[in-house]
Amino acid sequence: MFMPTRRQSLALGAGSLIAGLIGPRGGANAAIGDTLTIAYNVNLPAFDPTVGPSAVNPTIQAIYRSVFDQYVGQKPNLAFEPGLLTAWGWSDDKSKVWMDVREGVTWHDGSPFTPDDIVWSLQRAGDPKTGNPIQFTWSTIGNFKVDGKRVTADVKSFDPTLFEWMAFLTGYVMPKAYYEKVGAEGFEKKPIGTGPYVVDEYQGNAFLRLKANPKYWGGKPAFNTVVFKFVTDATSRVAEIESGSSDLTLEIPYEEYDRLRVKKGLAGVATPISDIGMIFINSDAKMLDKNVRLAAHHAIDKQAIVKQLLRGYGVPIDTLEAPEYAAFDPSIKVGHDPEKAAKLMQAAGYSPQKPLKTTIQTTRGFKPKDYEMIQAIVGMWRKIGLEAEIEVYEIAKHFELRTTHKLAPLAFYNWGNAIGDPTTSTGFAMFGPSPHSSWKTADVDALIGPLWAEKDEAKRIAGWKAVSKYIAEEGDVIPLLQYVQPIVYKSELKVVPNVSGAMQPTLVSKAG
Amino acid sequence: MIATGLLRRLGMAAATLFGVAVVVFVLLRVAPGDPIAMMISPGASPQDIAELRARYGLDLPLFSQFGIWLAGILRGDFGTSISLHRDVLGLLAERLPATLELAIAACLVAVAVGGGAAIAGTLMRRRLGEAALDGAIGLMLAVPDFIWALAFVLIFGVLWPVLPLSGRMDPSVSVPFVTHFYLLESLITFRFAIAGDIIAHMVMPIMALALPLAAIISRILKSALSEAMVQDYVLIARVKGLSEIWLVAGEALRNVIGPTLALTGVQFTFLIGGTVIIERIFAYPGIGNMGIEAVINRDLPLIQGLVLVFGALFILVNLAIDLAVAAFNPRLRHG
Repeated sequence: MFMPTRRQSLALGAGSLIAGLIGPRGGANAAIGDTLTIAYNVNLPAFDPTVGPSAVNPTIQAIYRSVFDQYVGQKPNLAFEPGLLTAWGWSDDKSKVWMDVREGVTWHDGSPFTPDDIVWSLQRAGDPKTGNPIQFTWSTIGNFKVDGKRVTADVKSFDPTLFEWMAFLTGYVMPKAYYEKVGAEGFEKKPIGTGPYVVDEYQGNAFLRLKANPKYWGGKPAFNTVVFKFVTDATSRVAEIESGSSDLTLEIPYEEYDRLRVKKGLAGVATPISDIGMIFINSDAKMLDKNVRLAAHHAIDKQAIVKQLLRGYGVPIDTLEAPEYAAFDPSIKVGHDPEKAAKLMQAAGYSPQKPLKTTIQTTRGFKPKDYEMIQAIVGMWRKIGLEAEIEVYEIAKHFELRTTHKLAPLAFYNWGNAIGDPTTSTGFAMFGPSPHSSWKTADVDALIGPLWAEKDEAKRIAGWKAVSKYIAEEGDVIPLLQYVQPIVYKSELKVVPNVSGAMQPTLVSKAG
Repeated sequence: MIATGLLRRLGMAAATLFGVAVVVFVLLRVAPGDPIAMMISPGASPQDIAELRARYGLDLPLFSQFGIWLAGILRGDFGTSISLHRDVLGLLAERLPATLELAIAACLVAVAVGGGAAIAGTLMRRRLGEAALDGAIGLMLAVPDFIWALAFVLIFGVLWPVLPLSGRMDPSVSVPFVTHFYLLESLITFRFAIAGDIIAHMVMPIMALALPLAAIISRILKSALSEAMVQDYVLIARVKGLSEIWLVAGEALRNVIGPTLALTGVQFTFLIGGTVIIERIFAYPGIGNMGIEAVINRDLPLIQGLVLVFGALFILVNLAIDLAVAAFNPRLRHG
C-alpha cells in the first residue's frame, strides 16, 4: 500500500492549493455550459416574497419568480397569462370572484400543490398581522370556498386591480403545510416554491444558486443551474461580464453598455421598462401657482437630457403613464417651449432678474445620471426665472419625507409599475390620501376617488386618461422619462427583455 | 497585579461598550430615514402605518425602546432584522467569520510585506535600492484601499483574468462547512483545493486592505530600525562579526518592535472598518457588506448589532495589543 512521506503529503497539499488558486478562469469567450451566471445588481435580503421591504422591491422580483409562482403570470410584454390560476374572473355583479387552480403541480419538496394553498396564501396576505405591504388589496376578498379546482370568495370591497396584483408585488403562492411546519425563520433558511428553480444554496450578499425543477409545470428550464451573484457595485458588474466570470449582467452605465455590446463574445439589448423618472411637486409649498408649475414643465428639454446625458437610452414622457401602460394617452403632450415657460413665469411675477427661489431634492447615483439630470434641469429653469437649490438625499430619507408630506417643493424620484395599471402609477402618486403622494388637492382627489371602485373597465380606463390629461394641464407633476434597462450577455445566449425589468433566468436560453 | 490590571481593563471595556450602545441607539433614532416609511404600502391608512410601527416596537418612547433592547442584548437576544427577517445574532455569527478571516489575513500580509520592506530598506540604506523602495512605499501609502481594489479588479479581473472578482468561493461548487470560517476549516480538514479557491477569492481584497497598512508599518519600522542601527549594542555586534542581516533582523528588530506592534494593532481596527468598502466592491459576504445594506434599508436592529460587534472587536483587539506589548516589554507588565 502506498504511504506518502511527509514531504510527499506536503507537496500534494501545496499542489492542490495552487490548483485551487489558479484554477481555469475563462474570458468573455469562455463557453457556457449548463450553468447560467448572472451578475445581479441587488442583494436578496429575504426569501419570503410576501412580507417586509424586500417584497415590494421591484428589482428582486426576478429572483422570486424563479423560485415561486404567482397566482397570475405575466409575459415579458406585461400581458397577463395563466399562472397557478388557469382562469379567473368576477361574477356579473362583481360581488364574488372565482379562480380555477392549476392541477398537477408539486412543491419543491414533492408535496402536492392544492387549492388550499391558494386560499391560505390569500388569507395570509390579507391578514394585517402578517405584514404584507399590499394587504389593503388582498383583504378586499374573503369567505373562501373550495369546490374541486375552483376557489370562490366574496368581494368585501370591489378593487378592479385585484387580479392584476396577483401578477405583481407579493402576488405569490406560498406552501401552507410546509410554512406551518417550519415557521417563518425555517422558511427563510430553506424556502420552497413551485417555480422553475429550486433553491440549492444561498449566501447573503454573495450568491444564490438555483437548480432546475425537473417537474416544473411550465417545462424544464434551459439551464440546469442558475447562479445569481450579488454584485451591487456597477464597476464590478462590468468587470464580471468583461472577464467572463458572469454570463449576463444588467443595470450598468450606458457608456459601458455601448462599449461592451460591440466587444467580441458579447451582445446587448436595451429596452424601455415600466419604470419612470419624475419630479414630485409638493402641494403645500411654493409651487401652488399653476403658471409656475407649467413653466417648470415647459422649460425642460427632455429630449436633450435623454440624448446628452443618457446617450439616447430613455423615452421622454409627459404623463405618469408609459406607452405600455393601460391608460397611456399619446395625445397628452407638454412640449418643450422655453418662451412659453418664460411668459408663464412673468405672469406669475417672476423673471431671471427676479427669480422664484426654491429647492429640489434628488438622489445621487440611485438611478442613471439622476443628479446630473437635475443639474441640467436646474440650469434650464434658471433661464426662465426659477432658481432651484439642489439638495441630495438618500432613498430612505425620500420615503420618510414623502410619507410625512415633508418633501421639498420639488423632488426627483422614480416610479415602477410592472402591471401597467393606472392605479399603481397615477393613482398612488397623485391621490391625496395615499401616503406616497406629494400632491394633495381636492380637485384631483375628486377625479380619482370614483375610479378606485369603478366596475366598468372601459369607463375606468377612460377616467384615468382624463385624470392624466387634467394633471398635465394643471402641471401637478412633472414626468420626465421612461427608463431603459441595459443588459449585456455572452453572445451565445438569447435574451428576451422583460418590460417589467425583471431579468428572469427563464427568459434566457442558448442562441441557435 | 496582572490579574487586577486585566480585570480593570475588562471593566472599562464593558463601560465603553455600554457607551457605544447608548450612542448608536440614540443616533439611529434621530438620524434621517424611517424604516417604516420604506415599507408602507401605497394604500396604507394612518392606522395601518401606526400598526406597522407598533409591530417593530417603534411606537414606544425612546427610553422604553432602549430598555427593551438592552435587556434583550444581556440575554443574548439582539432582535430580529427588519429587512432579513432573521435573528440578528445569528446573522452576525454567520458573517463575522468572513470579515475576520479577511482582516486577519490582510493584517498578516501587511506585517510580512511592511516588515520585509522595512528590513530590506534598512539593509539597502544610502543606496539606490532604498530610494526605489521608499518610492513604492510612498505609492502604497498614497493610494487608498478602495482605489487599490478597483485597480486590482481592472488588472487581475479584466485585463489578465487570473483571479475571481467576487464572492468568497466558487458559487457553482457545493461544499459543506461546519463553521463559517471557511478558510480555516478547509485547511484543517486538508481540503486544499477548496482552500486554494477561497484564497484566490481573497487575494485581491486582502491586497487592497494590506498595502496601505504595509506602507505605514514599513515607514514606522524602518525609521525605528535606522535609529537602532547606530546604537552601541549594534555596533558591538557588528564588531563581533555578525552579518548585516542578523544585525537588522536579529538584534535591532526585537528592540524596536514594540511601538510598531502597538501601531499595527491600532491600524488593525481601522482595517476592520475598511473591510466595509472592500467587501462591497468584491461582493464579499462579511459584516461590512451586510452593514451597508442595513444602513440603506434603515434596519435598526441590525445596525445596532453590527455597531456593537465592531465596538467589541475594537476593544478586544486593543486589549490584545496591550497584552502583547507588555509581553514584549517586561517593564510594562505591572502598569
